[in-house]
Amino acid sequence: MELAKFDQTPLQMTVLTFTLIMFLGAYCAGFIGSLSGLGGGVVIIPLLTTMLHVDIHYAIGAALVSVIATSSGSAAAYVKEGITNMRLGMFLEIATTIGAISGALLAAIAPTSFIAVLFGCTLIFSSLNSLRKKEAHTVEHSSPLALALKLPATYPDRTKQIAYGTKNVIGGFSMMALAGMLSGLLGIGSGAFKVIAMDNIMKIPFKVSTTTSNFMMGVTATASAVIYLQKGYIEPAICMPAVIGVLLGAMTGASILIKADPKKLRLFFSVIIILLAINMIYNGILGKI
Amino acid sequence: MKNKPLLKDTDMQFIIGTLLRYGVWISLSIAAIGGLIYLFGHEAELVQYQTFKEHDHDIFSVLQNTFIGVMHGRGRSIILLGVLLLFLTPILRLVFSLVAFFFEKDYLYVGITLFVIGIICFSIFFGFAH
Repeated sequence: MELAKFDQTPLQMTVLTFTLIMFLGAYCAGFIGSLSGLGGGVVIIPLLTTMLHVDIHYAIGAALVSVIATSSGSAAAYVKEGITNMRLGMFLEIATTIGAISGALLAAIAPTSFIAVLFGCTLIFSSLNSLRKKEAHTVEHSSPLALALKLPATYPDRTKQIAYGTKNVIGGFSMMALAGMLSGLLGIGSGAFKVIAMDNIMKIPFKVSTTTSNFMMGVTATASAVIYLQKGYIEPAICMPAVIGVLLGAMTGASILIKADPKKLRLFFSVIIILLAINMIYNGILGKI
Repeated sequence: MKNKPLLKDTDMQFIIGTLLRYGVWISLSIAAIGGLIYLFGHEAELVQYQTFKEHDHDIFSVLQNTFIGVMHGRGRSIILLGVLLLFLTPILRLVFSLVAFFFEKDYLYVGITLFVIGIICFSIFFGFAH
C-alpha cells in the first residue's frame, strides 16, 4: 500500500488498535445517533475521516453498511406493530433507489472535499430539523393519485386504528429522489429528508413517516451499496467494528431514550453533531479530506 | 377490489419483520466471527487507510473471491460474507413483499415491487461499468 501524500505524519497503528478505537467510536456514534434521532451512520463518517484519517470513500462505505444494519434491525420492530405503510414505502422506493444509484455513481467523480462540505451541511440541516416542532395533522381527502396508488391506510394508536390519507404524491416522490441521491453520495440514511417528504409534503402522520422512512432506508442503502462494493469502497476490516459498534450503541441509546427526557437529549446531542459537521466542513474547505 | 386475499396485511408484516430481524443477526454474527479470525491473524499488522485505490470489479468476481476466501478460512472474506448477507436482507424483503402482494392479489404493487427489484438488479449489473 502506498504511503499517504498529506503533509502530516501518516497515522500508523496496528490492526488491533484501529479496530478497538473504531469499535468504541462506532459505539458512541450509534449512541449519539439514536439519541439525536439521526442514526449512527452519520456520526461514523466525521469520526473516521477527521479523527482516524481514513479516506472518505471507505468511511462512506462503512456508514452505508451501518445504515442497512440499523434500518433492517429497527424496521423489524415497527413493521410488526403495523405502523409502517408498506405500499407507501414500496412506491417511494422507486424514487429513492434511482436517486441512490445516481448518487453512488456521482460519488466516483465528485471531489472528496466537495463531498465533505456537502456532508457537513446536510448533517447540520438534518440536526436542526430533528429539533423542529412537528405539527400533527391528518388528511381527510386524499388526492386522486394517492387513491389510485392505494396509499391511504390505518395505523394502530393504543386501542384504536386511525385512518389517514395523503396528497402531493409527486412532490413527495421528487423529494424522495433527492433523499436517495444524498444517501448514495454521502452514505447517510437521509432519514430527515425522507421524513420531510412524507410528513411535510405528503401530510402523513408523523409516526407513520418515521417508521416507513426507517423501513425504506435499508433498500435505498442497498441500491448504492452494491455499486460501492464493486468499486472497492467496502473494506471489511473497517466495516466490521463499525457495524457492530453502531448497532450496540444504538440499542443502548434506544433503551435510555425510553427513560429520559427526549427533548433535552436531542438538543444536547444535536449540538455535538453540529460541531462535528462544522469540523467536517472546515476540513473539507481546507482540502484536508 | 378485494376478492378473498390469501394473506392479510398483518401476516405479511409479521413475516417480513421476523425475516429482517433474523437476517440482521445472522449476518452480523458471521461478520463478527470473521472479525475475530481476522484480528487473531493480523493484530500486529500496520494499518493504512488514508489513500483509496478505486477498484473496478464486477459483482461476480467479488462473490467468487469472497467464497474462495471463506473456503480458505480468511477472516476478511468471512466478514465480507456477513456484509453481503446483510445486503441481502432488504433484497429478500423486496422479494417477500412481491410474493405477499401477489397472494393479496394486489397486482398494481406486484408491478411496482418488480420495478424496484429491477432497479436494484440494474445497479448490481451496471454498477461496475461506469
